[in-house]
Amino acid sequence: MAFIDAVRNGYQTEIKGIRSAGLFKDERYIHSPQSSEIEVEFPVGSGVKKCINICANNYLGLSSHPDVIAAAHAGLDSRGYGMSSVRFICGTQDIHRELENRLTEFLGTEDTLLFPSCMDANGGFFEACLTERDVMIADRLVHASIVDGMRLCKAMQDTFKHSDMGHLEEKLIEHQDKRYRMVVTDGVFSMDGDIAKLDQIVQLAEKHNAMVFLDDSHASGFIGRTGRGTQEHCGVLGKIDVITTTLGKALGGASGGCVSGRRELVEMCRQRARPFLFSNSVAPVIVAGALKVLDLISKTTERRDKLEWNTTYWRGLLKDAGLDIKEGESPIVPVMLYDAKLAQDFARDLFDQGVYAVGFFFPVVPKGQARIRTQLSAAHEKHHLDTAIEAFKKVGRKHGILGLSKKELIARFEMQPVA
Amino acid sequence: MDEISKMVRDYIVREYLEEGDEREVTETTRLISGGIVDSFSMVSLLRFLEKKYSIHIPDDAATPDAFDTVQSITALVRRFQKAEVGSV
Repeated sequence: MAFIDAVRNGYQTEIKGIRSAGLFKDERYIHSPQSSEIEVEFPVGSGVKKCINICANNYLGLSSHPDVIAAAHAGLDSRGYGMSSVRFICGTQDIHRELENRLTEFLGTEDTLLFPSCMDANGGFFEACLTERDVMIADRLVHASIVDGMRLCKAMQDTFKHSDMGHLEEKLIEHQDKRYRMVVTDGVFSMDGDIAKLDQIVQLAEKHNAMVFLDDSHASGFIGRTGRGTQEHCGVLGKIDVITTTLGKALGGASGGCVSGRRELVEMCRQRARPFLFSNSVAPVIVAGALKVLDLISKTTERRDKLEWNTTYWRGLLKDAGLDIKEGESPIVPVMLYDAKLAQDFARDLFDQGVYAVGFFFPVVPKGQARIRTQLSAAHEKHHLDTAIEAFKKVGRKHGILGLSKKELIARFEMQPVA
Repeated sequence: MDEISKMVRDYIVREYLEEGDEREVTETTRLISGGIVDSFSMVSLLRFLEKKYSIHIPDDAATPDAFDTVQSITALVRRFQKAEVGSV
């Protein structure tokens, strides 16, 4: 149908409503490679400004590493730009299988299958492996891509209160009449930065005959003593039935994801997962870069060690400054502001001070839980964090929020209707 | 509060409120639009109602609006209880 005026007007009203509600998201244009310092054009059309970046998933600082870039170049030269094919037709190169085997070894599983993204891995896994005779029991704060993947599956859905092992056990007992039970969790929760109680989840799964699904996108490469992820951190290496993770964060930052785990589950994905069957093969340049990333992080833990130091230091700085942060150990450190408009204003003011961070608000986080989600990188040096905290303090003083408790913050910035 | 409303309210408090959450759930408290229940976790409430009251709630009736208050949920249960009786 033609995009007639009535339809156009309808969508314009909808978009206007998003703006009016204070929920509109603007993009900023970055004129440099991803790093601890970047050059940003914001608003569009303004001059480019150098900023400290404190909101990337570039946990190991490898997104623009010269060795990764060199390996990607070599991959382009030897294996070309794109496969122009899905995997099972003519889209599988030897390097795809090499990367899958390397990931299997790194994660300590039986087999691995690459997907165009972890979003696709999560989207495809459940439908490929579970049926209406089964049940998926998910932590209520799992990533949106898992929610979408579960909705595509005919298995029963259930949820348990976030990280509440008692509630999980109730659900496992309730669903003993199902063929298969699968407990579904993130390893590190992307909005709050807390780590799943994976050891207890595995214990309960073993007790009640259930499988465990883990999305470790915000953990692979740097959580755990050697960066093997949440399973290593919680002492349950080799006990997770399926792990999905991304190559788009610590493991290079480009794109790509995978399903890794029990051989049979991975084979079911190879045979039936729709994003695998119907989406283009991961480009050779990405595969080549990811192989180099695995080389780099398998030789030494110095990057994940530096990230750990940066995380502890930054958390201390924020607390000393009187900012309300979510407690935890991961390099995801939310600075809680609760009010969506405050989060947007705060982010804009931080940008004026040369610190790039973004306000998170509904629907990305629940209403009334807006925040600035800061994320550390091994690419950050101490001076970056010292400079960034001065910006946070200045902006915090401007908005009068330093030292306020959650209750005081909420009371001070109770949401007003936006004209 | 009648028996069904009380049962529904008690289930919601038990199933959805985290420990330490002091929010009061009344008959008219906004559950979904108020962020207590989200559309992802709504399925367990639906299943509870169907099992407890031996009814079937079709997908087109199990909307966020219908599940947004204890009052609207109670009305939904009564509607499908009548439908079950009518079909016997």
